[in-house]
Amino acid sequence: MTAQCPECEAAIDVQGLMVGEITFCPDCNAELEVINVEQPEVALAPEVEEDWGE
Amino acid sequence: MRLAILTSRVRVEEKLLVEALRQRAIDFDVIDDGDLLFDLAQPQERWQAYDAVLCRSVSQSRGLAVLHVLEHWGIPVFNSAAVTAVCNDKLLTSLALVRAGLPVPRTLLAFDEERTLEGIEAVGYPAVLKPISGSWGRLLARINDRDAAEAVIEHQETLGSYQHHIHYIQQHVEKPNRDIRAFVLGERTICAIYRTSAHWVTNTARGAVTENCPVTPELDSLCVRAARAVGGGILAVDIFEDPERGLLVNEINATMEFRNSIAPTGVNIPHEMIEYIFSQVREGVTQ
Repeated sequence: MTAQCPECEAAIDVQGLMVGEITFCPDCNAELEVINVEQPEVALAPEVEEDWGE
Repeated sequence: MRLAILTSRVRVEEKLLVEALRQRAIDFDVIDDGDLLFDLAQPQERWQAYDAVLCRSVSQSRGLAVLHVLEHWGIPVFNSAAVTAVCNDKLLTSLALVRAGLPVPRTLLAFDEERTLEGIEAVGYPAVLKPISGSWGRLLARINDRDAAEAVIEHQETLGSYQHHIHYIQQHVEKPNRDIRAFVLGERTICAIYRTSAHWVTNTARGAVTENCPVTPELDSLCVRAARAVGGGILAVDIFEDPERGLLVNEINATMEFRNSIAPTGVNIPHEMIEYIFSQVREGVTQ
C-alpha cells in the first residue's frame, strides 16, 4: 500500500519510514511529512519556522 | 527503563536515537509535540510511565514549553528547561559564559539604531549581527562597513519582529575557515569536529565540511566549563579559534544535531546520549 502525494497524486511508498519523517515525492519533489505508515498517509511538510533549530 | 523522545519532525538524528534504543532493547515512544494538549493543573498519567523524556523538538519554543510543563509535573527531562532556555537565547548564553569567566568573542547589546551603530563601530569592522534566538546560521550578518551596518539595522527595525530589535553585536573572529563543535555529556567531552567552509558561516546546515578534531585537555576543559556554565547536560559547544586570544566559546546548543559528526569522530553519539541519560536516571539525577 502506498500513500498519495497531496500535490501531484503520485504514489508514495512509506515502507521503512517513521511517522513524522520527511520524504520527497519522486514525481513533483514536494517535501512530505509521513502522517501514518499503517494506513499510508502523507501531508505537505510544514515550512521551516523561525524558531526551528538546534 | 522507558524513554520518551519528543519530536516536531523525525530527522536523521531521531532515527539514530531510535536505532540506539532498539539495539539496547529499551522501551520508548516517539511523541509529536504537535499532538500534545496539557491541562496544567492535571498531570497526565501517561508521562509517569517514563523514566525520562528526551526533548528533540526542532521547534525551540515548543520544546521549551513542553519541558517547563513536564518539569512542573516532576518528570525527568533532558535537557532541563533552564538549560534549554539559556541555550536557546544567545544573550543568556553569553551572560552565563561571561559570568563563568570563560573566553568569548566581545559582545555588545543595543536597542536604539544610533547606539547599535556605535556598538558596531566599537567592535570594529567587520562586525557580526545575530538574532538572539535562531539557529542553523539563519539571519547572521557580517557587517563590513557603515553602509552595510545602516542597511541591516534598518531592515531589522523595519522587517523584523520585536526580537530583531534587540541588536546582538559581536566581534568578528578571524577564524581559520573553520570552527569547532564539541559534544559534551555531563562532565565529559565525548568528541569534537572541525566544521570547515570557505563561507564565514561554518554551520553544517550551511554546507560546512566536517572532520575529526582531537579533544585536547585544553579543549575538553573549556567545553566542560562552558557546558557547566549553562547548567550542563547533553550539549554541543561551538568554539572559535582566535589567532590572538586562542579558543573562544561562541554558543551552546541544547538539542544538537550530530548526523555529520559520527563518521569523522568514530564516536557513536546517539548511543552515548542514551547511556548518559540512563546513567543519570540510575543515579537519580534529574536536572
